[in-house]
Amino acid sequence: MDSVLRAENISKSFGPIEVLSGISLDLKPGEVHAVIGENGAGKSTLMRILSGHIAPTKGSLHLNGQPITFSGPVDAEAHGIVLVHQEILLAPDLTVAQNLFLGREIKRYGFVDDKAMREQTRDILRELGTSIDPDREVSRLSIADRQLVQIARALLVPHKVVAFDEPTAVLTPIEAESLFEIIRKLRAQGVAVLYISHRLNEVKAVADRVTVLRDGRHIATRDIEGLEPLEMARLMVGRDMSKLYPEKPETASDQTVLAVRDMAVPGFVENVSFTLRRGEILGFGGLIGAGRTELFEALVGLRAGTGTITLDGKQVHFRDAREAMAAGIVYLSEDRKGKGLLLQQNLRINLSLAALDKFTRGSFIDVAAEETALDGAIKDFDIRTRSRDLLAGQLSGGNQQKLLLAKMMLVEPRIVIIDEPTRGVDIGTKEQIYSFIASLAAEGRAVVVISSEMQELIGLCHRVVVMRNGRVAGEVAQDGLSEDAIVYLATGVHEERAAEIAAGHA
Amino acid sequence: MTETVLPTRAEKRKFKMDMRALAPFIALIILIIAGALINPDFLTASNLLNVVTRSAFIAIIAVGATFVIASGGLDLSVGSMAALTAGVMILTMNSQGSADMGTLALGMLAAIALSAACGLANGLIVTFGRIEPFIVTLGTMGIFRSLIIWLAAGGTITIRNLELRELYRPVYFGTVLGIPVPIIAFLAVASIGALILYRTSFGRHVVALGSNEDVARYSGVPIWRVRTLTYIIQGICVGIAVLVYVPRLGSATPTTGLLWELQAITAVVIGGTALKGGIGRVWGTVVGAVILELVANIMVLSNFVSEFLVGAVQGAIIIIAMLVQRSVHRGR
Repeated sequence: MDSVLRAENISKSFGPIEVLSGISLDLKPGEVHAVIGENGAGKSTLMRILSGHIAPTKGSLHLNGQPITFSGPVDAEAHGIVLVHQEILLAPDLTVAQNLFLGREIKRYGFVDDKAMREQTRDILRELGTSIDPDREVSRLSIADRQLVQIARALLVPHKVVAFDEPTAVLTPIEAESLFEIIRKLRAQGVAVLYISHRLNEVKAVADRVTVLRDGRHIATRDIEGLEPLEMARLMVGRDMSKLYPEKPETASDQTVLAVRDMAVPGFVENVSFTLRRGEILGFGGLIGAGRTELFEALVGLRAGTGTITLDGKQVHFRDAREAMAAGIVYLSEDRKGKGLLLQQNLRINLSLAALDKFTRGSFIDVAAEETALDGAIKDFDIRTRSRDLLAGQLSGGNQQKLLLAKMMLVEPRIVIIDEPTRGVDIGTKEQIYSFIASLAAEGRAVVVISSEMQELIGLCHRVVVMRNGRVAGEVAQDGLSEDAIVYLATGVHEERAAEIAAGHA
Repeated sequence: MTETVLPTRAEKRKFKMDMRALAPFIALIILIIAGALINPDFLTASNLLNVVTRSAFIAIIAVGATFVIASGGLDLSVGSMAALTAGVMILTMNSQGSADMGTLALGMLAAIALSAACGLANGLIVTFGRIEPFIVTLGTMGIFRSLIIWLAAGGTITIRNLELRELYRPVYFGTVLGIPVPIIAFLAVASIGALILYRTSFGRHVVALGSNEDVARYSGVPIWRVRTLTYIIQGICVGIAVLVYVPRLGSATPTTGLLWELQAITAVVIGGTALKGGIGRVWGTVVGAVILELVANIMVLSNFVSEFLVGAVQGAIIIIAMLVQRSVHRGR
């Protein structure tokens, strides 16, 4: 069958960095075509090119066999190509119906026709198999319902190609299953579905064909028949995964550095207790939204929370990050761009910000000492920058993470809490960050790693605490570390199903 | 990716960065040339000294505004605060009655203390009340303004003791080594301001806070203290400006300091400080204040536009400065 949308030799560069090179892909009507790859493999970039959000540097797109260039996402939509975004992009204070028709309101005599829009909204939601009230404000919907609204909004325009970007990231397994039903329905209508995910089990369940990307390159396109998740993982990673992680330092001691009792953060965390030992890497696993970030933000005084925190046998309470740092605890945010680095400032200013006291002589900042520290950080952390005058926002994700690590290490912490240490980081840098984390523990510091990537927790940590819905669901010791064990605790789904989901993360 | 690979790019960027910092200085030179062409009297030492002297109040206030704006805040109350401070200063001195240095010192102390307290109030309401600075200082602008109207009972507050007025006069009209005192005051304030903003950790914290409040908070910057301090610095700068302003006319009226907030914020924006925070340029601000006064001066010396329209021209300048800032930003 002829393809609806075909990409030929697509390349995309941002400045000197090529994030996609020579990708070809074709979408046929009535098929679900999955694109898989690790973080940073170029999946989202490819998706954004196909849906007209960005233009390719090289290569061409063909719609129904005719070459085409999209001037923007609106143009692509007009040609029947719609994208369901990974993030929820809805106006929270507007109703479901208002959101669905935002920017394309139905008008009658020049005024908006609320009745018609409400009717159509109800119809399309029913078609998706849900009974969300069109008059409900989006801010009062659950995450899963918001995603449905977003899908409904995308499907409102006449569509030939529908692209889903990691749609299940925020969904429970049951919610994900109803999403697959919707996708199958679309396929039956002859729509081409592009499905981007790194959850291989889902891909196995829903896709007809699979294209694998790695480091911006096309690795393979295969039919789903006979392609098992394990093989997909091998294609995705392209190398022996066991080399990615360093030897676990044998420094985990019995000496408790930090004990947390009955920690609670209103609306996020209830009744969490755990201990952290010297020289140990303690993992925190769980689904997105399980309350891990909130727990540790409250611990270091970045948000309000209650509970008993005992540091070296003494009870402490931190009112802000400054006090926590003074006590030797640093927290590296998962939101590197929003909370970790000043993107509009240069590397030097970023590096010294948390430990500025160490760079002041008398009342004044010693810029020469800052420059020396920057030289040291660039060398020690292998920060790759074409010039030391760059702004932090001009670094790649991996180098930003290294800069953030360097910045927080200047505080000379004894306890390091790292939230999603390798999110948006390429695989080479991942390896460097893992070995750095291991060296922190080897030096006798205590490390907490919060991660949504099971492999990371298993490869890196001595112990893993798993959270679910704001509570500790259980703890997995080093001997028992497996994806099955973590996923079972994280989702609460019975073991057979858990194993199935676990395979999806291989 | 190493330093040797793309040296030209880095240089190019650096040049652009410099352009942004240099823009106000280039504008200043162009204005001086334009002024010289329009009227031969413009380029005389007495006229230029007069212009810089007249710009001193706004320049001093705008140095404080540079701190507030660089940290991501805004203070609309400076004009009203100046009027209130001037009024209270004169009332304090009048209450003493004697014409000696002690009275003068007491008046000055009262002025600085009051303006610092006004700044503290702005800062505390913004930080602890978690209210937009625009709204807070809009409110205090109204409060300070009506307090001076009330104190003056709608009329004028004047230094009653003529001897005291004579004693105070040199602070505006006097010179040291041929340089008018207001110019010395404003250079001193700008120098100290630049030193604090560029060389101390407080200054670094101000810029970090304006760049991204969350990053500052997660980096252990004491954001409440830093933010409150920027408003106190703004208040003290208003106080210093009042010290120089009062001997000029020897009185305060309900219209004292009218639209000074417009001029101060315009000077800051012309100077290259980002209105959304994160970039602060003290010397640019100083040049911005001089540019505003130069424009007014050229309007008076030429016959193109009525001088009554000075406010309109200044309003247009801030809009044009913002457009220029945006296009420079986009070009990066």
